[in-house]
Amino acid sequence: MSTKLKDLVKKEDVLTSGHRLCAGCGAPVAVRQILMGAPDDVELVVANPTGCLEVSTTIYPYSSWNASYIHCAFENVASTLSGSEAAYRSLKKQGKIKDDYRFVAFGGDGGTYDIGLQALSGALERGHRMVYVCYNNEAYMNTGIQRSGATMKGAWTSTSPHGKDSYGKTENRKDLTGIVAAHNIPYVAQASISNWRDVVKKAQKAFAADGPSFINILAPCHRGWRYPMEETIELARLAVQTCVWPLYEIENGKWNLTTKPKEKKPVEEYLKPQGRFAHLFKDENREVLKSIQEYVDKDWERIKRLCGEAE
Amino acid sequence: MAVINSKTVAIVGNEAVAEAMRQINPDVVAAYPITPQTDIVQAFSAIAADGLVDTELVNVESEHSAMSACIGAASSGARVMTATCSQGLGLMWELLYIASGLRLPMVMPNVNRSLSAPINIHCDHSDSMGARDSGWIQLFSENAQEAYDNIIQAVRISEHPDVYLPVMVLMDGFIISHAVDRVDLIDDEKVKNFVGERNAPFTMLDPNNPVCVGPFVHSYYFEFKRQQEEAMANALPVIKNVSDEFEKISGRTYGLFETLGMEDAEFAVIAQGSGAGTIRHQVECLRSNGIRAGMIKLRSFRPFPAEELIKALSGVKTVAVFDRSTTFAGGMGGPVFNELRSSFYEQEAKPLMVNYVYGLGGRDLSVELVKKAMEEILEMNSSGKAEQKINYLGLRE
Ligand SMILES: Cc1ncc(C[n+]2csc(CCOP(=O)(O)OP(=O)(O)O)c2C)c(N)n1
Ligand code: SF4
Ligand SMILES: [Mg+2]
Repeated sequence: MSTKLKDLVKKEDVLTSGHRLCAGCGAPVAVRQILMGAPDDVELVVANPTGCLEVSTTIYPYSSWNASYIHCAFENVASTLSGSEAAYRSLKKQGKIKDDYRFVAFGGDGGTYDIGLQALSGALERGHRMVYVCYNNEAYMNTGIQRSGATMKGAWTSTSPHGKDSYGKTENRKDLTGIVAAHNIPYVAQASISNWRDVVKKAQKAFAADGPSFINILAPCHRGWRYPMEETIELARLAVQTCVWPLYEIENGKWNLTTKPKEKKPVEEYLKPQGRFAHLFKDENREVLKSIQEYVDKDWERIKRLCGEAE
Repeated sequence: MAVINSKTVAIVGNEAVAEAMRQINPDVVAAYPITPQTDIVQAFSAIAADGLVDTELVNVESEHSAMSACIGAASSGARVMTATCSQGLGLMWELLYIASGLRLPMVMPNVNRSLSAPINIHCDHSDSMGARDSGWIQLFSENAQEAYDNIIQAVRISEHPDVYLPVMVLMDGFIISHAVDRVDLIDDEKVKNFVGERNAPFTMLDPNNPVCVGPFVHSYYFEFKRQQEEAMANALPVIKNVSDEFEKISGRTYGLFETLGMEDAEFAVIAQGSGAGTIRHQVECLRSNGIRAGMIKLRSFRPFPAEELIKALSGVKTVAVFDRSTTFAGGMGGPVFNELRSSFYEQEAKPLMVNYVYGLGGRDLSVELVKKAMEEILEMNSSGKAEQKINYLGLRE
């Protein structure tokens, strides 16, 4: 399948314009890039848990989705879609439907790392053929920027504010991509909306996988991260260049680094433009900044090792 | 009526339910085990493993996911079933409202069991009563036969275009689920024809007409809820009609409730579930001694057949409501009592009403206890006064 722009632009948008996500939001960019990797000859069922993407694209009586769509609740997009996929297999084998369908979930980090983790794990273990995409903006944005298990250490959120006794979130994020990989499903990847061709390629592989697949895609939110809205893609790029968000894939158990930054930039270059980290640049928080750099370095080495890239 | 059934067997309630599920042959079953429902899932797994059904069985990791998967599958045009009880039903709570709010037909046996804490695995009706305002139809069963019959009828009720609501079939944990009972099974072919094929008006798997299930609704929410209320009212005649049709293939009749001696009763007892058997025995004893006792066994708790009940009870002086759960409203008694009492509010002639809360956590409803209650009710009926409105039957005090 092609990843050439001249071919991709001919694809019909599944997420159409007119939705109510903020201008400059990373989420719809992630959705469009992923769905550019969907095969042309299949029908889609799209599912969302509760979150920014859901509330902004299905305001009754309108829908921005040019495909069948389901929203059930916040913590269960994976099990809801499991049911649809099971229904598809059942009806297909009984000859009650003819068309080929693919099932794709777009869950926020809250709906995936935290409250939806059990449902996700169950669906992966059961092997439903679905593409699960976590559009990761590192907090619960829909409810007003609360911390999630994906929020980076040091970040201000409305439930991890910095104050006299606090420098913001005190814990590092969890390694969800690794947790998903431990389910030994056919395809797992980490992606960023700054590297669109990489996203499309990964999506193509995810849709082709005969089983569950998972993509954790960084999709910055300027409201929550506190930067000018036109810099969304730039922020996503800095996350990759500083190795805060390494791009890799795990294809049938084989780890593969898909982007190697020419020069690994200091984490501060990524943190500096974001208001949520502004307090870290005060003198008293120098140690915190250092510890974030150390965490990123260590994690980057770990991933390189797993991808067979370490010296 | 002549016995139309092909096969009379001795099986436990859970097996009877699994047998009904085999005959219904749902497209998708997503379920999670919990005592005393477990055997339903196990028996159906064996049926699926032997290739006796077309069902895709989804062995989910929780009841929350069971109901979520049912919602996903029903939205995709599938005929869907699950089964649960107690803590499992509690875990499903938010999804129960989503299933009914999305107007998705599905059938779920709930093997009534108490709710923690303290943990207890035995029968009472607290679990399903907790879901009484969730928009599900709720049909009680007295024994394994009724559980079997209710499951088959529930498919038709749930999928009726005037209704489109999920149905919970209630059966008492252990007392029905685990006790061997005589069950008249209906021919496979007859059940198949009776339930027919699901004909969903909208499905996510129609490429010519993609649908948006579960949108974000600001401005029409109230109207959707009003429609649900109407659908529940529509279910009253549908339950009766389906029951009439069911009689043709089974020889067994069901309505919204069953009556005994109500044509001349001076006082009446109302009960639901397996307790009705013990109560019926006692009512019959009284009647054979010339005492004009009557009884109503409530089958349909949701919808609540208020008008029909008022009519049936119009001739009695005293009504005693047996509730196998309580409302924790602070001494207001059980849910059936409260709803029945409120149904009578507009009536000029109101019977004296008393409540017997019994059987919580599986406390046995013995013949002696029912006898004792009957004596009290008789006394109240002749004096026209009730010293104690809310009574706890069989409580160690
Ligand atoms: C059971 C439940 N708990 C809490 C909520 C409130 N809630 C809705 S969306 C949301 C956060 C969504 O965060 P995320 O998944 O990261 O998506 P985002 O809005 O950031 O895109 C929360 C807490 C809910 N809808 N349901
Ligand atoms: S708050 Fe953030 S995630 Fe939500 S729509 Fe706005 S930019 Fe997008
Ligand atoms: Mg988020």
